[in-house]
Amino acid sequence: MAVDKDTVARIAKLARIRIPEEQQEALTGELTEILNWVEQLSELDTDGVEPMTSVVAMSLPKREDAVTDGNCADKVLKNAPEGAHGFFAVPKVVE
Amino acid sequence: MTTIEGKTGPWEMVIGLEVHAQVIADSKLFSGAATTFGAEPNSQVSLVDAAMPGMLPVINEMAVEQAVKTGLGLNAKINLFSEFERKNYFYADLPQGYQISQFLHPIVGEGTIILDLEDGKTREVGIERLHLEQDAGKSLHDQHPTQSYIDLNRSGVTLMEIVSKPDMRSAEEAGAYLRKLRSILRYLGTCDGNMDEGSMRADVNLSMRRPGDPLGTRTETKNVNSIRFVQQSIELEARRQVEILEEGGTIAQETRLFDASKGTSRSMRSKEEAHDYRYFPDPDLLPLKIKADWVESLKSELPELPDAKKQRFMDDFGLPVYDAGVLVADQETAAFYETVAEGRDPKLVANWVIGDYFGALNRTSGANLGNAPVDAAKLGGLIDLIADGTISGRTAKEVFEAMWDSGKDASTIVEEKGLKQISDTGALEGIVDQLIADNPGQVEQYKGGNVKLIGWFVGQVMKATQGKANPGMVNQLLKKKLD
Repeated sequence: MAVDKDTVARIAKLARIRIPEEQQEALTGELTEILNWVEQLSELDTDGVEPMTSVVAMSLPKREDAVTDGNCADKVLKNAPEGAHGFFAVPKVVE
Repeated sequence: MTTIEGKTGPWEMVIGLEVHAQVIADSKLFSGAATTFGAEPNSQVSLVDAAMPGMLPVINEMAVEQAVKTGLGLNAKINLFSEFERKNYFYADLPQGYQISQFLHPIVGEGTIILDLEDGKTREVGIERLHLEQDAGKSLHDQHPTQSYIDLNRSGVTLMEIVSKPDMRSAEEAGAYLRKLRSILRYLGTCDGNMDEGSMRADVNLSMRRPGDPLGTRTETKNVNSIRFVQQSIELEARRQVEILEEGGTIAQETRLFDASKGTSRSMRSKEEAHDYRYFPDPDLLPLKIKADWVESLKSELPELPDAKKQRFMDDFGLPVYDAGVLVADQETAAFYETVAEGRDPKLVANWVIGDYFGALNRTSGANLGNAPVDAAKLGGLIDLIADGTISGRTAKEVFEAMWDSGKDASTIVEEKGLKQISDTGALEGIVDQLIADNPGQVEQYKGGNVKLIGWFVGQVMKATQGKANPGMVNQLLKKKLD
């Protein structure tokens, strides 16, 4: 499977990663190689094999419905570039 | 079939609803932070909800239980195996950069819901699925000229997304669907259904077609937050689509936003472009496996739901379908009715609860069944006085108003105001005799065949007694004397 430049640009946009035009060409080659390498897995015949969802032999741990966390607005906001009146303050994002 | 008339002929609406219902639980879906409405900004946020690096989600067993109960209440298939996936998108109120949701393997599959329509008719609508997911935070855009403020208290709160099949054909049916769904959720105690607090929000999928044609292209109107607005947005969108189609245009499959204050809607194209969610199973969470016997035990603990209660009210109390439907819409009302109806005439009680009692509740601001001046015992006392002939039905209305205003019980009011009905044969007989003696002309006419005059005689007796004469006895006496 080959990845073209448009695909690289689209994936970058979806991931919000800025990739300058001149680096996109190189990335098409790298991504194509990675995908081709993974593609080798499809050489295996997996007909009738149940999909494996986890490598660990355990089930999803659950917790009781109890309030055990929160009340730490100062910690939550500590790394925010900007806050105001207890809120995160971000550039306006109105639709 | 409900159709709307365009310039070129009839069109049929096809409507499907996606409802986001906030699950009643003390803590969030994947963290131990609280879920109370209206708390200080960011006070109910754990480092998991704020998506700090290295934090891991741990599922709340109550959220799973509530989803399963809701599925059972919707007569739906419960999936013993389900899986959480990441729905990836960027927005300021979504700190993870993805929402943990369910995609290929939802916890609940297909079910059904029965709509109660006008004049007691019903209609079945299919449920496509129900899945669990996290809510996002809340953005405030009107607090600052150039900034949006973000509160993550809602971030991570458990939502059930309940998706209907495209089975509805009118705004009325969509309204009936939401009312019934809300009623079931409240009976089950899985969602409080308060649309004005955002606990229940609807996305409306709508397309138009010629009757009998295959499905047309649909639009999705997002996050409509009241039943009335859902119905308005449907009427608006249907007209918009018909106009485009009749002019030979095509409908763009898009997301739209309804503005209730202006009664308009607009496209949200900017979001459309970014909608490539790249779902994949969340590597932080193992598949959710539940046991069949646990599901069975939840099923055995379900309360009596609206449809079953409605049937019972019709069977046991002999109520007409309309009365039964009104009384069961709300669990508290149904319980109130049953308390008053105990040992009394069920139809008479239904008339009083639905008529005068609901009327008084509706016009008294802030009144509800819990704090009303007339409780079940007092209303029962009033109905007893009608049943034993102490007061007439007409006088009872006056007594009820006085009870509502004063909080006193019925017999006290009747005593104080001297409203006791005259059922004393001797007293009534005297009045009737006098009346016949004073009006030989009318007596003549009556005996000559104008039997309608009996009403006039009854009226005169009522007048003479200030409405306190027992109307049944007056009728009997008059007939005895005149016939």
